[in-house]
Amino acid sequence: MELHTLTAHELSRKLRAREISALELTEAVLAHIERVEPAIQAYITPTPELAREQAKQAQARIDQGDPSPLLGIPVALKDNMCTEGVKTTCGSQILHNFVPPYNATVYRKLQEAGAVLVGKTNLDEFAMGSSTENSGFFTSRNPHDTERVPGGSSGGSTAAVAAHETILALGSDTGGSIRQPASFCGVVGMKPTYGRVSRYGLVAYASSLDQIGPITKDVRDCALLMNAISGEDPNDSTCVQLPVPDFTDALVDDVKGMRLGVPKEFFAQGVQPEVVTSVRSAIDKLAAAGAEVMEVSLPTAEYGLPIYYILAPAEASSNLARYDGTRYGLREGFEEGHIRMMEKTRAKGFGNEVLQRVMIGTYALSAGYYDAFYLKAQQARTLLRRDFERAFEQCDALVCPTSPTPAFKIGELADDPLAMKLADVLTIPVNLAGLPGISVPCAPVNGLPVGLQIIAKPFDEATALRVAYAWEQMQG
Amino acid sequence: MKYIPSVGMEVHAQLLTNSKMFCGCPTHFGESPNTNVCPICLGLPGTLPVPNKRAIEHVIRTSLALNCTIAPTALFYRKNYFYPDLTKGYQISQYGEEHPIGTLGWLEIVVNGERKRIHIRRVHLEEDTGKLFHFVPGESEVDYNRCGMPLMEIVTDFPPDIHSGEEAKEYLVQLRAILTYLGVCDGKMEEGSLRCEPNISVAPEGSDTLGVKTELKNLNSFRSVVRGIDFEAQRQSEVLESGGRIAQETRGWNDEGFSFPMRSKEGEQDYRYFPEPDIVPVVIDEAWIESLRATLPELPLAKWERYQKEFGLSAYDSGVLTADYETARFFEACVTHKADPKSACNWITGELAAKLNADNKRIDQTPFTPAHVADLLSLIQNNTITSRIAKDVFAEAYQNGRMPSEIVQSQGLTQIADETALRSMAQKVIGENPDIVEKLRSGKEGVMGFLVGQVMKESKGRANPQRVQEILREEILT
Ligand SMILES: [Zn+2]
Repeated sequence: MELHTLTAHELSRKLRAREISALELTEAVLAHIERVEPAIQAYITPTPELAREQAKQAQARIDQGDPSPLLGIPVALKDNMCTEGVKTTCGSQILHNFVPPYNATVYRKLQEAGAVLVGKTNLDEFAMGSSTENSGFFTSRNPHDTERVPGGSSGGSTAAVAAHETILALGSDTGGSIRQPASFCGVVGMKPTYGRVSRYGLVAYASSLDQIGPITKDVRDCALLMNAISGEDPNDSTCVQLPVPDFTDALVDDVKGMRLGVPKEFFAQGVQPEVVTSVRSAIDKLAAAGAEVMEVSLPTAEYGLPIYYILAPAEASSNLARYDGTRYGLREGFEEGHIRMMEKTRAKGFGNEVLQRVMIGTYALSAGYYDAFYLKAQQARTLLRRDFERAFEQCDALVCPTSPTPAFKIGELADDPLAMKLADVLTIPVNLAGLPGISVPCAPVNGLPVGLQIIAKPFDEATALRVAYAWEQMQG
Repeated sequence: MKYIPSVGMEVHAQLLTNSKMFCGCPTHFGESPNTNVCPICLGLPGTLPVPNKRAIEHVIRTSLALNCTIAPTALFYRKNYFYPDLTKGYQISQYGEEHPIGTLGWLEIVVNGERKRIHIRRVHLEEDTGKLFHFVPGESEVDYNRCGMPLMEIVTDFPPDIHSGEEAKEYLVQLRAILTYLGVCDGKMEEGSLRCEPNISVAPEGSDTLGVKTELKNLNSFRSVVRGIDFEAQRQSEVLESGGRIAQETRGWNDEGFSFPMRSKEGEQDYRYFPEPDIVPVVIDEAWIESLRATLPELPLAKWERYQKEFGLSAYDSGVLTADYETARFFEACVTHKADPKSACNWITGELAAKLNADNKRIDQTPFTPAHVADLLSLIQNNTITSRIAKDVFAEAYQNGRMPSEIVQSQGLTQIADETALRSMAQKVIGENPDIVEKLRSGKEGVMGFLVGQVMKESKGRANPQRVQEILREEILT
């Protein structure tokens, strides 16, 4: 039996029944990483020694009867979450040697839950991209077709889960960076409500949009991981003080009477017909299972992309200002005085996509342009949020495709930055409105995975999980 | 032509909190470089700021004391610029005109015996930066201990109400007093916990427009504020008088008595302010404001007036007592201990102040308490000791904290009340100084002091000099 191919809830049962040991499980995953990593390249920094150490500690807790469901379960973290003593690069040359002296809140929570860190995964530099092609190190491969991208920016994490190089993973989602690669790699990926999971220790790209979330093999694992990472944090004032439900309670395999909205705009703008067919057929099956399906409209959604490409770069231009060669990371031109040092360090350390977004953002915030760009985008964002509020007056959740196409070929969109950005056109509005969204696999197109996206009201992840679980069960 | 200066005041006050503005690091000074730091104030990747509630309360209380309107929410902004003393590439601040905690208030100063209102434009909260050092030429070192310390900025309104160095100083004295009364800042200008950066312009008398202004830095005492502003006003007047024009610039003050250009302000830097997305707006509701209003102490100017009315003190003495919260508190405690207010004031502003000054101590840092003052004063008042002895008793009590009455008793310092003893001492002195006695008889009143002094010496200071003089006069002249 191949341990690395199982889910966390299956493995947890085996661990508790003493059928396997935590170390045995970790070794199985590490061995599989050795085998497939040359073809997949999901990891920037594998952590086998640390994993073995943590597996032993987890076993000791299992032996003492500790009930935590993640005890001994291997997990991978996107390399933009700080891990004390373990290099955290953000996929950037500017942080190629940065070892944080502290832990992100999510990693601390996973340690408390007894999960085992097997490595830090690849991403587009500072999470800016949709394919991992913008990584400052290398491009990860889609396990379903290694000629294709895994999606991004959390492509390393989704590829690792899809290739069974880990059991669980965390990604971060600013405009679709969990859901879009989950869709490309045929795994489950959830972006929780903004404020549900602490961002402390997540290296910021766009602070008002970033959110950490689970990437898993099935919906139950997603719920388990949500249970482990959610909740208030005194270190993050944007993380809300709300009680966290047990998300596994939502896995009831029943959608009877649930009102599902189908936002018509999300089936129009350049969505590939085969993708529409796949998603429509999933929606039909949910209707057949008793869900009430209705068409809704999000008229402002078409402005999602322009709003995002003003606000996210604006915040990024400020968030990335600290990488200047003074305190940590890359340093160039030290002998030439601090101004030249900052210029040279940043010019050398950042890749083109990052430089481009920093410049766009700087422009959008500049005196004389602020009102026309940043302020106007914020106002449009408010309108977009209201669109969703109105839609949710009629329904409990929205269902639509995650991304307009399946995974594209590596290099295919290198010369077409707009087409690349359109990969996130169906996920970005969800971030702008701060809502929870999940991508679950539906019928593949030409052998490539496609994602069904389910969007719910703020802090109602449970409803998104319930629909996702029911759909997953229907596929058997 | 006569030129009238106009002065805008920008004051930065370091807030007295246990921890920094956005992290848990301690705020005390004098630690080794880069030891009072953590991932948050070092701006390490992934860290987030969480605002210090106490610092916000300090700013609300200050705003209330300065009669400001309080914003319904405290909003933070990012002020973006690159500098090695800044760990995040931006400073978290409350953006200029938008949503500072306090707006449009005033404080009153007294000039030439008249009250004058100085209008305040805004009171806001921000974080301090680190400090750069240049020990070796061509090399810089940076200490981030100060980085992230809570800083309150208080800016006067425009057009300025202040028109001289003296008025600027009075404003600063009054503001400093208010801050120390509120316990929000220790007010130490020389140590930089209270920093003042005035901007100065001059315009011809009668003109209704203001001139080009310069900003003045490095003023670290009240005296340098007066001198710096007056110098700068004079300099600008002379430039204009000779047909020149004023450059908009930041100038430094040198305590040798001149200002010098530091950097041009023309072509202002674009700080690309935008709302700080990492901090949720802090709601300031009525209940919070009222609970803080209830903690406001009687303010310096009100005390100053009350001391004159209630205790009959002079305006000057009241000013000295109320300029500093601890001094006013000390004085009031003396009164509570039944000391005569006027005598207590004389001791506090006289003997005690001189001693504290010489020792460079604050009034609350010695074992000499208001109870000691009251005890000492009552010994003088009921003639138990002479004022001459009182000074010795004070000196001892100041050192070791023993009660004056205890010192007097144990050392037998009470005033000699025995008439016969005094008379025999007088007779002894008369016998020993026949020449002087003769001079007195021939009308040279001036020698009386010498004779009294001799008798006082004889009594070891315990005689009442008034009575001694009477006895001497009786013995010699009758
Ligand atoms: Zn700190």
